[in-house]
Amino acid sequence: MTDKPWNNRAWFFVLPVLIFVLFSSIVPMMTVVNYSVQDSMGVNNFFWNGDSWFRDLLDPSTEMGARFAGALVRTFVFSFVALAIEIPLGIGIALCLPRRGWAIGPSLVVIALPMLIPWNVVGTIWQIFARQDIGLFGAALTGLGLHYNVTQDPTSAWITIVIIDVWHWTPLVILLSYAGLRAIPDAYYQAARIDAASRWAVFRNIELPRLRKVLVIAVLLRFMQTFMIYTEPVVVTGGGPGNATTFLSIDLVKIAIGQVDLGNAAAMSLVYYLIILTGCYVFYTVMTQLDRRRDS
Amino acid sequence: MLSWMAWTWSTAAFFGFVVLALVILTLLAIYRPEMPRKGILGFPTTRGDRFFVTMVGSAYIFVAWMRFGGGSLYYPLAGAVLYGIAMFRFA
Repeated sequence: MTDKPWNNRAWFFVLPVLIFVLFSSIVPMMTVVNYSVQDSMGVNNFFWNGDSWFRDLLDPSTEMGARFAGALVRTFVFSFVALAIEIPLGIGIALCLPRRGWAIGPSLVVIALPMLIPWNVVGTIWQIFARQDIGLFGAALTGLGLHYNVTQDPTSAWITIVIIDVWHWTPLVILLSYAGLRAIPDAYYQAARIDAASRWAVFRNIELPRLRKVLVIAVLLRFMQTFMIYTEPVVVTGGGPGNATTFLSIDLVKIAIGQVDLGNAAAMSLVYYLIILTGCYVFYTVMTQLDRRRDS
Repeated sequence: MLSWMAWTWSTAAFFGFVVLALVILTLLAIYRPEMPRKGILGFPTTRGDRFFVTMVGSAYIFVAWMRFGGGSLYYPLAGAVLYGIAMFRFA
């Protein structure tokens, strides 16, 4: 007879993964923490620097602080804009999809296609697509007389990056919403028909509340992904023009690998990591709570 | 062998504390099993959850302290300890 809620011995099976994670994540992270409190002069020559890197980074009046604050704001704005477009658009398209008949399969496959393309390929596709001379998108906009130039005009660069993300990841929101819509029992719609509910009332009172769980998943997942965006802007704009599309991840790579400024980069990546970690924890907690509520 | 990791006494002490805490939490989980309980965070937490929330919250306390130009780091340390005690007690 045991008073344990479950047998914990199964955790030993996780040990190989733990060892792998130790070398792939924990040892590098410990090294980053070590770098963040030291200054390095050449190879393996480190001097204690205390918390100065962090104070520099967190004070917007310093050069590094201004850079970090700018990249942080840009990253948050990008996440917000991408979410504000992708979530309503995804729900809207999911509502238009057929619910029965032969068309379901082909529509879902076509919608899922962009998600299957790797990030750097997406970037390359759009880099060519957005060119003014040979790119269909860029040439068409220029032909219409619009001022569109990804490499020189910040607005064009931003619009392009947002469109790329919307094109690449709205399908995820669509598929999640569609799955949520399909899970609504027909009885709800029948009741709505008996009450002669309008289309808007059906959406507002039946579909949206029943979609809440999948939308929470979609919002958190998309937030984490947009907050870590790296490949598309690097390939398409290289973080420019100027630093208009330099998001946190891009700036971090520039400081760490471009300038080999280990102390600054380490401090920056730790603060960045803290934000991501908080997001992940919220995501994990919400997911497990939703599961628990469903089980009970 | 480990020179590239650039260890310092302070960071080693920090990670030593984290490892020690994880070992203690593991031993507690084996010899004093618990059920999650619901506190001020609004969702059921175990000791591990409360430890995690303490660590992340403490990091924010330090970041906020340095962001607003505070002096010695012993003040946010005291704040983090108080915060941790509160989390373990009420979360």
